[in-house]
Amino acid sequence: MSEQEIDLKKRRFLTVATGVVGAVGVGFVAWPFLSTWSPSAKAKAAGAPVDVDISKLDYGQLVRVLWRKKPVWIFKRSATSIADLKTLDGELSDPNSSGDSKAQQPDYITANHRAIKAEVAVIVGVCTHLGCSPTYRPEIGAADLGGDAWKGGFYCPCHGSKFDLAGRVYGGAPAPTNLLIPPYRFVNDGLIRIGANPKAHEITPILELNKLS
Amino acid sequence: MDNNKNWIDQRFPLSKVWNEHLAEYYTPRTFNFWYFFGSLAMLVLVMQIVTGIFLTMHFKPDETNAFASVEYIMRDVNWGWLMRYMHSTGASAFFIVIYLHMYRALLYGSYKAPRELIWILGMALYIALMAEAFMGYVLPWGQMSYWGAQVIISLFGSVPFIGTDLLIWILGDYAVGDPALNRFFSLHVIALPLILVVLVFLHIVALHTVGSNNPDGIEIKKNKDKNGIPKDGIPFHPYYSVKDIVGVVVFLMIFSAVVFFSPALNGYFLEQANFVEANPLKTPDHIAPLWYLTPFYSVLRAVPPMFGSQFPGVVVMFSALLILIALPWLDRSKVNSIRYRSWPYKVALGIFVVSFIVLGWLGMQPVTPVYVFLAKFFTIAYFAFFILMPWFSTIGKTKPVPQRLTE
Amino acid sequence: MKKISSTTVLILASLLVSFNAPASNNGIRLDSANTDINNQKSLQNGAKLFMNYCSGCHSISFMRYNRIGKDLGFSNADVEKHLMFNANKIGERVISSMSKTGAVKWFGLSPPDLSLVARSKGTDWIYTYLRSFYKDKSRPFGVNNKILQNVSMPDVLWELKQNKSSADFDQTVRDITNFLDYVGEPAKLVRFQLGYKVLGFLSILLVFSYLLKKEYWKDVKYGKWRAKD
Repeated sequence: MSEQEIDLKKRRFLTVATGVVGAVGVGFVAWPFLSTWSPSAKAKAAGAPVDVDISKLDYGQLVRVLWRKKPVWIFKRSATSIADLKTLDGELSDPNSSGDSKAQQPDYITANHRAIKAEVAVIVGVCTHLGCSPTYRPEIGAADLGGDAWKGGFYCPCHGSKFDLAGRVYGGAPAPTNLLIPPYRFVNDGLIRIGANPKAHEITPILELNKLS
Repeated sequence: MDNNKNWIDQRFPLSKVWNEHLAEYYTPRTFNFWYFFGSLAMLVLVMQIVTGIFLTMHFKPDETNAFASVEYIMRDVNWGWLMRYMHSTGASAFFIVIYLHMYRALLYGSYKAPRELIWILGMALYIALMAEAFMGYVLPWGQMSYWGAQVIISLFGSVPFIGTDLLIWILGDYAVGDPALNRFFSLHVIALPLILVVLVFLHIVALHTVGSNNPDGIEIKKNKDKNGIPKDGIPFHPYYSVKDIVGVVVFLMIFSAVVFFSPALNGYFLEQANFVEANPLKTPDHIAPLWYLTPFYSVLRAVPPMFGSQFPGVVVMFSALLILIALPWLDRSKVNSIRYRSWPYKVALGIFVVSFIVLGWLGMQPVTPVYVFLAKFFTIAYFAFFILMPWFSTIGKTKPVPQRLTE
Repeated sequence: MKKISSTTVLILASLLVSFNAPASNNGIRLDSANTDINNQKSLQNGAKLFMNYCSGCHSISFMRYNRIGKDLGFSNADVEKHLMFNANKIGERVISSMSKTGAVKWFGLSPPDLSLVARSKGTDWIYTYLRSFYKDKSRPFGVNNKILQNVSMPDVLWELKQNKSSADFDQTVRDITNFLDYVGEPAKLVRFQLGYKVLGFLSILLVFSYLLKKEYWKDVKYGKWRAKD
């Protein structure tokens, strides 16, 4: 083949090769641009674990703290409330958090009261339906929430989803899953760190405790 | 595929545009090195817009937060440093490309009839670009940003009678501050980019109406074959598209070398003093605009105050910029390209280029009597190029211009 | 014509490499800092020295502790133990413990933030400045500085200067300077390596695009592009 003849095969190869290398380059360049949207160091620092003092918390009392710009509820449940939780199983969508709600709590929380210590509930107060923050309705037998059947819990004003005091969703509510339990650990009896998992050696006792209750 | 194309073509002139402006747009076959800079300018514009969009997502146009938000971008935002360096290097790259693009027009007489309008639109682009660059330079709110803004905007204060009021109106305050920063931000990210894009569009429409000039400065449309295609023309696509890709890659290599190895480029692209937050109480020891504005800054400083006013200097400075627009009518030569021009024109162009570069250099230096003298000298040389052009462009012996393109 | 254009390029290039206005240094020639941003040991040492000797008064408020740890190869535990004297959380910024009003009372002004000192003054300046203190009874702290006359800062490194050989002391100052250079631009640790990769990639693209151009331009060379119609 003389120098003057057009080699279409070569031409096609070079077009494709240049195109492919160029496209790879565009992909490489796109990555940093898209990465700028991920949380910055500042956002990550602001999303660091939050310590909450619960030493003065009374039964039935609820405190709200912001963790990663979301409301987190910390409230103390009485023995009656904890016992009541078991009676509700029939009315809930996923009472044992073994179905769709499995991912809504850390692995080390297994009991149906959904807490490290049954007394102290820590729940992210964001409705799993469309992100409103449900209202705390601890009064037992509230007429507007089903009367005697209501054992205290949360009611979402946006679309009427109901949750019990473990954040488990009632059947027939628009919310698809139980409320989210954040990772947290007890620094000591009176101090909870939200956003940090328990240390490795703390896990086994927690699982034991969860089994018992 | 063809069906889709038909569907679109019935509703939008896609094939028509493609053919008229790329596949059957005939360009002279002898474009050389100087002809890369048009497409490169387009590339830089796109790059500035894209990096600018991403910087705007993290920047805070606020007197108290602007400086810190730039450092936030440099450190806390993932890959933010790359966005910022691409944008700051892109600003200087834009001017390098534009100056070479304009120099090409001087070399080959690309501004001459019938391309006067392309030249004027190009000049409008150049002036808009200067405004864009200046306002962008204010945003990081460093010492140079602040004092540079102070000096440049003070120029408006020298306008007779209305100066003081005009100054306060531009600033929205009694000195450079939050309102100025905020409005410059708006102009920098919305208004001027829109103007630039529209002007680029018009620049190209005008270009494609008359066709590109070439290093010989002759009309290829005068020699057409039986199909009406210029004998010395080749379709822009694929020939110049593949050639421009090579130019783009080489440009990107130089660009990346600066971005990754020397983004401040010894203070030419990012000045040391601008890493200190704006402080209205303390002027830096030495202030000068960034390199691309310094030739005009020199002209400003070369003119002494008259009648107690800096206004004459301002007028001369803007004249130095605006006189470029008159170039198509000042040049009376019968030939376009430097290749066939007479020696007086070549000498004059040489003196002009030297004057422009020396003025640019002087603009970065502190004021000393020698430098002021030099600035005056080269300011005169700069203006002489334009004022004497109707004369020197006609004298001397030009070389015979060929009928067809030469290699 | 070629000549004129290449001269233009040459003039421009020589302009670019020429010096630019340096930071003010009281007319004294600055010593070359010779820092090496890739020397992690020097950076680590500089970080520790900075936190011990400088961070009491000077903030580097654009810098976060965990970033320093990650970039310089300290574990979080190390950062908390050796670097974090003024903060509780590892994501916090490095802010000095000195209150502004207290500083004004003791020194007459509040010590500047050093996040960007390496960018605004340069490493040579820092290196020379820290080594240019001399005894001067007339000053409140009994010391003055050759390149920053009547500075309000005491010679915090004097103890090190006395106990070390002059070469060791220079290295100590160099480490602090190196750390401040890093603090001025943390991206400096990654951009060089990345730059080589980008240039390598572009070279590949250059080869292909050049061959493509050459292939297509055969048409122009041999007057063949009209062949298709």
